[in-house]
Amino acid sequence: MSTTLTVEHLTIGLPEGADRPFAVEDVSLAIEKGEILCVVGESGSGKSMTANALMGLLPPGVTVKAGRAMFEGRDVLRLPEAEKQALRGASTAMIFQEPMTALNPLMRIGEQISEVFAAHDRFTQAERRARSLDLIREVGLPDPEKIIRAYPFQLSGGQRQRAMIAMALALEPKLLIADEPTTALDVTTQAQILKLILDLREKHGMAVMFITHDFGVVAEIADQVIVMREGKVVERGKAVDVLENPQHDYTRRLLDAIPTGKLPKARVLSEVPALEIKNLRKVFRTGGGLFKPVREVRAVDDVSLTVASGEVLGLVGESGSGKSTLGRTAVRLVTPDGGQVLVGGTDLAALSEEELRRQRNKVQMVFQDPYASLNPRQRIMRALTDGPITRGVPKAQAQAKARELLEIVGLGADAAQRYPHEFSGGQRQRIGIARALAMEPDLIIADEAVSALDVSIQAQVLDLLRELREKLSLSILFITHDLRVAAQLCDRIAVMQKGKLVEIGTVHEIFLAPKQEYTRQLLAAVPGADWDQVQVEPA
Amino acid sequence: MWKRFRSNIGAMIGVALLATVIVIALIAPLLYPGGPWQMVQRPFLAPFSVDGLPLGTDTLGRNVAAQLAYGARVSLLVGLVSTLVALLIGVPLGALAGFYGGYVDEGAMRFTEFFQTIPNFALAIVLVAIFEPTLASITLAIAIVSWPPVARLVRAEVMSVRTREFVDAARLAGLSKPRILIQQVLPNTVSPIIVMASLMVATAILLESSLSFLGLGDPNAMSWGYMIGAARTVIRTSWWLSFFPGIAIVITVLALNLIGEGLNDAFNPHLSRKGKA
Repeated sequence: MSTTLTVEHLTIGLPEGADRPFAVEDVSLAIEKGEILCVVGESGSGKSMTANALMGLLPPGVTVKAGRAMFEGRDVLRLPEAEKQALRGASTAMIFQEPMTALNPLMRIGEQISEVFAAHDRFTQAERRARSLDLIREVGLPDPEKIIRAYPFQLSGGQRQRAMIAMALALEPKLLIADEPTTALDVTTQAQILKLILDLREKHGMAVMFITHDFGVVAEIADQVIVMREGKVVERGKAVDVLENPQHDYTRRLLDAIPTGKLPKARVLSEVPALEIKNLRKVFRTGGGLFKPVREVRAVDDVSLTVASGEVLGLVGESGSGKSTLGRTAVRLVTPDGGQVLVGGTDLAALSEEELRRQRNKVQMVFQDPYASLNPRQRIMRALTDGPITRGVPKAQAQAKARELLEIVGLGADAAQRYPHEFSGGQRQRIGIARALAMEPDLIIADEAVSALDVSIQAQVLDLLRELREKLSLSILFITHDLRVAAQLCDRIAVMQKGKLVEIGTVHEIFLAPKQEYTRQLLAAVPGADWDQVQVEPA
Repeated sequence: MWKRFRSNIGAMIGVALLATVIVIALIAPLLYPGGPWQMVQRPFLAPFSVDGLPLGTDTLGRNVAAQLAYGARVSLLVGLVSTLVALLIGVPLGALAGFYGGYVDEGAMRFTEFFQTIPNFALAIVLVAIFEPTLASITLAIAIVSWPPVARLVRAEVMSVRTREFVDAARLAGLSKPRILIQQVLPNTVSPIIVMASLMVATAILLESSLSFLGLGDPNAMSWGYMIGAARTVIRTSWWLSFFPGIAIVITVLALNLIGEGLNDAFNPHLSRKGKA
């Protein structure tokens, strides 16, 4: 086998004033023809910078300081811009994380693929069209004749990513760089895209550099693995070796942080319900005008479930399954069209605006985006005391409570005087949890509360939630798209699909003996997990 | 933020120019205790032809330098006050429209459009003509024609901030809607409002000058526009009478624009045109 790409001692300098002098420091790697190299690391590890340097897409101010990257006998880092441009698309290609923003929203899919040929002056108009059709067929998009005329917004996330891959494959590149191509996708779609990449690798024999933060994905597709941390390679080797016998401490920690393969032992649940949802319905109506019919989306369609006091119920589903709407309806950020939300005997869905404000504290929410969920212009203390003070708690008492809560979530009381931008994502999520706790709620709804975090941070926040569950006997409705995460924290799991509740049962029932086909599909799609060999922690 | 602003050379030049204009306006009574209307020499003296009158005299023998200094007071005062009044109308209206949406939004925006469809300057002329042309009425007229863009900007900003998760969190904390709007949403819309306000001061100064030029200024206040208007008939023989007030307007407006741009770049470093390769 011949080597497609060799990178030697690559060092990329960051502009002055960045948190470290080099984005990437002394990185060497080699990819053989037909091989998939996974570059793994958490955010800020320099994995994307490495890829961007190879494609000549470094942001302004960031420069290659040393090292070389030999591709087809030339150093791609030192090529003049015109030659780099000729190389891009033809011999090297890249697919990005966010397929919506990576495609031009105003161009039809077919035109975007043809443009790759046009940019490199290949083929006639008719041939370009024929080849675009072939590519669309090859990446498994349905109804190619129709897709070629579709705009990106008319495709689903997975279909867009397939279109991106079609563009990347257009000129049969020898090297494909994939920067977190499946991170923004649902598990089932992710599994399909991974399979597609494996198939194409097989067929075209191209080398793939696959950047990811997810060891589950690594287990699915990697031949070789490089683990990066703060710009340096900490471990490299064959995928099997790294996964099964990690040498470096950091790799081991990352692997441990992945919630997979193990189920915690079941707990005894209380009989008292903290939350009862009965026949909840929410329909979103969009569009509609003089000549257009109203489009109806049944986001939550006749769902009933209960969360027992002290229980963590996981609500799992793909995007668009209505799980977030259900959560937002339960706290009445969204008013339902029908049904009841009973918290401690009060129906939140039926309260008047005024009455609701007084009862708000009963259910609190921890939000997904740690950067959007805190007001950037307010000190943490304000965020934690505004609610209690509105409820009539004396100011001094609310502040003392806030400091105590910050201690509990592991931040320290002096965090109170600071502004949100001084904290990292994981720390902000802790603040979000403290804010929810400050209201002394009966129930906390965590909407994808750990999805935006790196695995190791995710593990820490999950630990915190588990600890709080024990200490304060919290009831939590834990909404997530990630079954592995749900398995770690939840007592029971509810699976939603298209607004309906598909299945609900204890973690063990769902994972070991799923009753519904859809649940089985979800489980099978989880990357790197072999639920057949699932271990149950000994009691 | 302040650091980014200070490193912007254009903006610092703007600050220096504006500061000079402000200082001159402030110390005008000390420099020229006789006021701008006092006749000090023969009329039509060219600049530097007589000691002590570096900018010459006008058609009635009044000191052009003194007129400029007093004119700065009027221009700056009208610019600042009318902008403040415009903000006082535009910010609450836009905030309510953006935050409450629905009928409130419809109503507020139709009202705004009513003002937007009438050409600014024509409306300002009509308003001043209806009222007595005094400083107060001119200021008010300028404010009335310049608030609609403020309302639209604030509405758009509020609509985007309103959907952020921390606003949901505030609702869950049981805060009332007006309180969420004032404490959580509005502080996050301040930066574009400040930028816009700094540019509005410049526009207001231009509007005031134009009104004065047409003779709709306050007859008791010396302003740059009035100076140019009065010198219009003698522009071929005495260029300096319209040239210097013109320069004063250009410098002040330029300074305000530089500051506005600087503030904009400082608030939105990502949108800054600098630093791009």
